[in-house]
Amino acid sequence: MTDLSFLTQMFNQKKITRRQFISGLSALGLAAAVSPTLLSGNAMAATPQKGGRFIMGCTGGSTTDSMDPGTLTSNMNQNLNWQIRNNLVEIDHNFNVIPELAESWGATPDAKVWTFKLRKGIEFHNGKTMTAEDVIFSINHHRGEESKSAAKAYLKSIENIKTDGKYEIIFELSGGSADFPFILGDYHLGICPAGTKGPEWEKGVGTGGYILEKWEPGVRAFAKRNPNYWKEGRAHFDEVETLSIVDTNARTNALKTGQINYMDRTELKTVHLLKKMPGINVLATTGTAHYTIPMLVDKSPYNDNNVRMALKLAVDREALVKQILRGYGQVGNDHPIAPVNKYHAKNLEQRKYDPEKAKFYMKKAGKLDHVFNLHAADAAFAGAVDAAVLIKEQAKKAGININVVREPDDGYWSNVWIKKEWVMCYWGGRPIEDMMFSVAYAADAPWNDTHWKNAPFNKLLVAARAELDTDKRRKMYEDMQEICRNDGGTVVPMYNQMVEASSDKLEHGPMSGHMAMDGMRNAERWWFKS
Amino acid sequence: MKNVLILILKRSGASLITVFIISVIIFIGVELLPGDVAQTVLGQSATPETVEAFRKELKLDLPPHIRYGAWLNDFIHGDFGNSLANGRPVSELIGWRFANTLFLALSTAAIAIPLAILLGMLAAFYRNTLFDKLISTTTLSFISFPEFFVAYILISLLSVKFNIFPSLAIIDEDMGLGSKLYAILLPSLTLTCVVTAHMMRQTRAAIINVLASAYIEMAEIKGIKRLRIIVHHAFPNSLSPVINVIAINLAYLVVGVVIVEVVFVYPGLGQLLVDSVAKRDLPVVQASGLIFSIAYIFLNLSADILSMLSNPKLRQSQI
Repeated sequence: MTDLSFLTQMFNQKKITRRQFISGLSALGLAAAVSPTLLSGNAMAATPQKGGRFIMGCTGGSTTDSMDPGTLTSNMNQNLNWQIRNNLVEIDHNFNVIPELAESWGATPDAKVWTFKLRKGIEFHNGKTMTAEDVIFSINHHRGEESKSAAKAYLKSIENIKTDGKYEIIFELSGGSADFPFILGDYHLGICPAGTKGPEWEKGVGTGGYILEKWEPGVRAFAKRNPNYWKEGRAHFDEVETLSIVDTNARTNALKTGQINYMDRTELKTVHLLKKMPGINVLATTGTAHYTIPMLVDKSPYNDNNVRMALKLAVDREALVKQILRGYGQVGNDHPIAPVNKYHAKNLEQRKYDPEKAKFYMKKAGKLDHVFNLHAADAAFAGAVDAAVLIKEQAKKAGININVVREPDDGYWSNVWIKKEWVMCYWGGRPIEDMMFSVAYAADAPWNDTHWKNAPFNKLLVAARAELDTDKRRKMYEDMQEICRNDGGTVVPMYNQMVEASSDKLEHGPMSGHMAMDGMRNAERWWFKS
Repeated sequence: MKNVLILILKRSGASLITVFIISVIIFIGVELLPGDVAQTVLGQSATPETVEAFRKELKLDLPPHIRYGAWLNDFIHGDFGNSLANGRPVSELIGWRFANTLFLALSTAAIAIPLAILLGMLAAFYRNTLFDKLISTTTLSFISFPEFFVAYILISLLSVKFNIFPSLAIIDEDMGLGSKLYAILLPSLTLTCVVTAHMMRQTRAAIINVLASAYIEMAEIKGIKRLRIIVHHAFPNSLSPVINVIAINLAYLVVGVVIVEVVFVYPGLGQLLVDSVAKRDLPVVQASGLIFSIAYIFLNLSADILSMLSNPKLRQSQI
C-alpha cells in the first residue's frame, strides 16, 4: 500500500494531476479500492479554475416562462433554477442522492417517517437565513388544493410535514417509501424563502451559487457568482448568461462563432459535421430519457394483449435507433426503466423485430385487416413523424396495416396524448424506478397514458416502495419490468442520448444523465480551463 | 391643408372602430383555438387537478363575454393587464420589445429605402438594358428566397466563414448605439434583401409610367439631360405610388419579421406574439395584435397624407 499512499500524497500536494492520479491508481489495479470522497472532494476542489463568463444557448425558452418552481417547463428555466436555487438533496452523476441543503437524513424502519437535518448558517441571496420554515413553505407550494404545480403528483404521499426546532424537518408519509429522498431532488423542489408569491418568484431568490441579476423570459438570464456560496468546490464562473435560442441552426452558429460556450440539443442530422469543427466538443450522455408509443388498453382492439404484442414485435428498434437517433441511443425493451437506472433488468430478454411472430399474434387476435391509426407530431419528439412512417413500413412486412395520422404540434399534449388511441410520446425518465412507474404506469397515476391497470404490477409497486432490502427490491423491480414488457400498453422502442456541444475551453467532471445539460447543473459544476 | 385635417379626423374615427373590431376578432380567434393557457403552460405535466387550480387562479372559469368585457374595461382605462402565463404586466413585456422592433425596422428602412429608390431610378434610366435586367433579376431572386434562407446564407458567409458580424443579434439597453447597430446589421441586411425588390420595382414602374407623359417629351425636346429629367421631373410626380409601397413595406418590417427574429435571436415583438398565441396568453396577444393593427393603420394614413401632399392636384382640391 505504500504506492497508494505515495500517489495520494502526490495528488493532495497537487504534484500530479487528477488524471495522472487515476491512471496511477489503475496501474496499481486499485481504482475501485480508493475512497470516492478522496476523488470527488479533493479532486474537484483542486482542479477547477475560477472566473470567466459562461454563456449557454438553450432550446425551449418561451416569453411566457416563469420562475415559479411549480411551472418550470423548459430547459432554460430548469437550468436557471439550479443556478440560483438548491434542493434539500442533490442527485449526482451516478444517480445517488447526496446532501445539499440537508446535511443528513434518516427514516423509521417502515420508511414512513423521514427526518431531514438542515445545514446551519446558509443565507438566501436577500440575506435571510434559511430555516425549516422556508423548506416547509417551498414543499407546501406544490401541495394542497390550490397548487398548480407539476410536482403535485409526486408529493401526494406526504401526509404531514412538521418541524423539530429550526433545522429539522419531519415528513410523515401515507405509505412507506424507500426512495423518498430522491423525490426531494426533483427540480421543482428548490428551496425558496417563505412567503414568496406572484411576481416575486421572478426575482429568483434562492441559496444557489449564482445571484440572478436579469431575467427576461424567452430571451436571456444573467447571473453573477454568489460571493457567500456555501458549497465547496462548486460555481466557478464569475458570471453565467443563459440565452434562449430556439432555432437549432442559430444555436449551432452561435457556438461555432464563439458567441456561446455551450448548446443543448444539437441537430442529429448534422452532428457529424459539428464534431469535425475545431474547438468544439460534442457530448453524448446516456440518461433515462426514452421515446414511447402508448396505446389505450381499455379501447378495442388494444385491449387484446395479442394485438399489443404484435405491434411491439412489428417495430424494428435497431433501425429506429440508426435512422431517427443516428446511433445516439439504445434500443428499448417495452418498459421505461433505463439501463442507467439502478434496478434495470439486465437479464430480461431484449425484444427484437420479428415480423413472423408479429403476424402470428395479430392473426390470433383476428385483426390482420384492421387499420391501426398512429397519431404523430414532432411535438412528441424531434423525428416522431419520421419514426411513425418507418414503423408503418416495418409493420407492413408483418402484414399489419398502420395509418400515420399527422397531428398539429400545437396543443399536442392536451388534445392528442392520452386522448387518441395510439400516439407518439416522449418521457424524460426518472432517476428511480418507483417515480417512473408511479408517474405513468400505476393504475391511479394521472399520466397513466395507456390506462393500463395490472393488479400484480400495482401490488408489487406498493410493496417495492416500502422495501428497504436491496436484493428483494431488485427482484421486485425486475419482475415489474417483465410484466410491463409482456403485458403493458406502451411500445418503448428506444432510449435517446442527450447530445449537446460545448467549447473545448470548458472543463468538467463526469456528465450526469439525470437531466440534460449535466443534470441541469453545468453552471455549477463546470469551469474554464486556465 | 383643410383636406388633410379632415382626412386625419375621418380616418382616426374609422381606425378606432377597426381597432375595436380587431380586438373582438382576436379574442374569438384565441377562444376558438383548442386548449387554454392553463393546459398549454403545464404541458405534458398537466393533470386535470392542476389545470383546474390554474384555471381558477386565472379566472378562466368565467364565461367568455365577461372576460372580454373585463379586458375591454381595463384596456380603456389604460391597463393592458397582466400576462396569464407568468403574471407580468403586459406593458412591461411589450414596451422594450416594441422599441426593439421599431429599431430594427427603422435601421432596415434607412438602408433599404434609399437603396430601392436609387436602384429604381437607375433601372428606369437604363431601362431594358442588361443593367436593368440584372437589377431586377437580383432583387427578385432575393424576394423569392424564403427569409431564413437568405439569413442562413449571410450567417454562414459573414459570420461563420469570415467572422465579421455576430450571428446572434441579441441587444440590451446597456449597449451603445454603435454596438447595437453592429449587432443588428445581419438581420437588417436580410430584411433589406427581402423588401428592396418590391419598392425598387414600384419606383421603376412609376417613373417609366411618368416618362411616357407629354411634359417629359417636352423636357426632352428642350434638351434636358435624361438623368436630370428623371430626378427632377419624373420622380417627384411618381412619388405617390412609391410612398404607398414604402408604407406597406414599413408595416411589414414592423409586423412580419418573426422568422428573422427567430433566426437571429432578436428580442422583438414577433417572437412574443408567436409564443403568446402558442400559450393562449390572451392579454399579450390582444395588446400585440392591437399594436400591429395600429401600426398598419398609422402607416397607411401617413402614406395617404404624404401622397396627398406630394400631389398638387390633391393638395388643392376639395374632396
